[in-house]
Amino acid sequence: MSKLIAWFDERIPLSKTWNIHLAQYPAPKNFNFWYLFGVLAMLVLVNQILTGIWLTMNYVPSAEGAFASVEYIMRDIDYGWLLRYMHSTGASAFFVVVYLHMFRGMMYGSYQKPRELLWVFGMLIFLVLMAEAFMGYLLPWGQMSYWGAQVIISLFGAIPIIGDDLTLWIRGDYVISGATLNRFFALHVIALPLVLVILVFLHIIALHEVGSNNPEGIDIKKKKGTIPESEKPKFTFHERFTKKYDVVDAVPFFPYYVVKDLIGIGIFLFLFCYVIFFAPAMGGLFLEPPNFEAANPLKTPEHIAPVWYFTPFYAILRAVPDKLLGVILMFGAIVFLFLLPWIDRGRVRSIRYRCTFHKINLTLFVISFIVLGYLGLKPATEVYTFFARVFTFLYFAFFIFLWFYSKNENTKPVPERITK
Amino acid sequence: MSNAPVDKGRRRFLTVATSVVGAAGAVGVAVPFIASWNPSEKAKNAGAPVEVNIGKMEPGQLIRNEWRGQPVWIVRRTPEMLASLEGLADQLRDPNSEEPQQPEYASNLYRSRKDEFFIAVGICTHLGCSPQYLETDFGEQVEGIEAGFFCPCHGSKFDIAGRVFSGVPAPYNLVVPPHYYVNDNVVLIGEDGEQA
Repeated sequence: MSKLIAWFDERIPLSKTWNIHLAQYPAPKNFNFWYLFGVLAMLVLVNQILTGIWLTMNYVPSAEGAFASVEYIMRDIDYGWLLRYMHSTGASAFFVVVYLHMFRGMMYGSYQKPRELLWVFGMLIFLVLMAEAFMGYLLPWGQMSYWGAQVIISLFGAIPIIGDDLTLWIRGDYVISGATLNRFFALHVIALPLVLVILVFLHIIALHEVGSNNPEGIDIKKKKGTIPESEKPKFTFHERFTKKYDVVDAVPFFPYYVVKDLIGIGIFLFLFCYVIFFAPAMGGLFLEPPNFEAANPLKTPEHIAPVWYFTPFYAILRAVPDKLLGVILMFGAIVFLFLLPWIDRGRVRSIRYRCTFHKINLTLFVISFIVLGYLGLKPATEVYTFFARVFTFLYFAFFIFLWFYSKNENTKPVPERITK
Repeated sequence: MSNAPVDKGRRRFLTVATSVVGAAGAVGVAVPFIASWNPSEKAKNAGAPVEVNIGKMEPGQLIRNEWRGQPVWIVRRTPEMLASLEGLADQLRDPNSEEPQQPEYASNLYRSRKDEFFIAVGICTHLGCSPQYLETDFGEQVEGIEAGFFCPCHGSKFDIAGRVFSGVPAPYNLVVPPHYYVNDNVVLIGEDGEQA
């Protein structure tokens, strides 16, 4: 065995990669529950790719055949229903874990220097994931697939001058048609997944370059020579990490966090399977009722709502009476997240040591995100629109307030070390 | 190998020239990829004009037709409906049809070629849903007006000439497609005709 590994090591950096990224990678020893969602996102990505490949084996990407082929998969293929529900539930699970993962980053300041690029890669993943989910939702060619896509594509029509030509170009027809379905299929099954995998790779490379943050927001890399030998961890870390710094309060990712993550994965799979087997439509949240009816361009469903993971942004869009401004604000909601590392001018990362106002501000942000998500599912009545405006304001206020108070924030003293 | 000194100017010129030619080539290669997303000839042909017989329409009736895959409404309006269009100006966003949502010949109070017939694309200008035709129940939406169009998606309201009310999400009046009357009973949707 060791001879075989040696044979590979002479030809490809096998052991070296294993050591740098797993067996000798120093991870802060105080990771908590919130640090599970990165690995869970990877797990769901693998689930989506695997079940997705299997679904393409029977799916027919055409306006005439799409809806029937999905029914065929559900009824006539052995375990076809399971593969499809794994895929559709996986899409929602992906957003659940990604939103929690992002919240973790906001809570512990994981986007702050030097992790800005890591955060930006993460946001790009989020953006591509939304495009991937949107295009995937058109493929079953149900009523909500069709009309949801109609609404989203016509957003581009709000762009002055080129808007109408741009929407025509995206659709490839005067309305959403088989042409649109086929190109979305191509992008959904090959183009975007490739981009997604490359971005995930870059996200991890960037993470392992700067090292993981932790709930205390305290650096585990100390100036070389400042830590006495007796206080250093008893583990061997790769010289790539120890050459320039003294690494403290860390454990190797493998086996310590791999084992911890396995527990998390186990619990996650319990919940995931529960949804697949007992509530695959999740009461109309994961699979919307109108989508069990084939697409009909001449009949709009009574109420069009996107899938739950888009609704916070959809609520922002609807809250604005002006179409172009609504679109700008909706994309602005994502742009602000991109810019978070530069909007937050504070030096203290973790919420544990930041001012009370920051805790309130972040709580309000989470509340507005959830309330907007709820409002985006509801019809636009006067009362709901009023609340949508209030919470849209609160959503943006988070960033504005943060920019102001983070400059001279009244923070608590941050300890030198995680353990002291 | 020659020992002559490197001519940096020439090397730079060659580098720049190669990059420019390469970039031009890349742009050229992008053309077919981008152009292939345009509507195909088949799709364009499917967008041909549609002939509709309106000779047998009842007053107040709405008929739906399909043109370029979009629902096109024809409403035969009653005199009361036409009368309701006057005096709404201060409640409307674009009462005089100044936005280019209709051909020249429909840029009038009734937004139509013939006062009686209202022809419009039945797609809400907000986000593309199809509004409902409320022949007599529109009063629930706007007090004092019997007939109009109401979009259930986001609550946009239009009068019986497809003009949008202010304070709703839809930014523009409903689109009036190009059309002309071939004779008293037949209208052709999709072409302006010679009368234009």
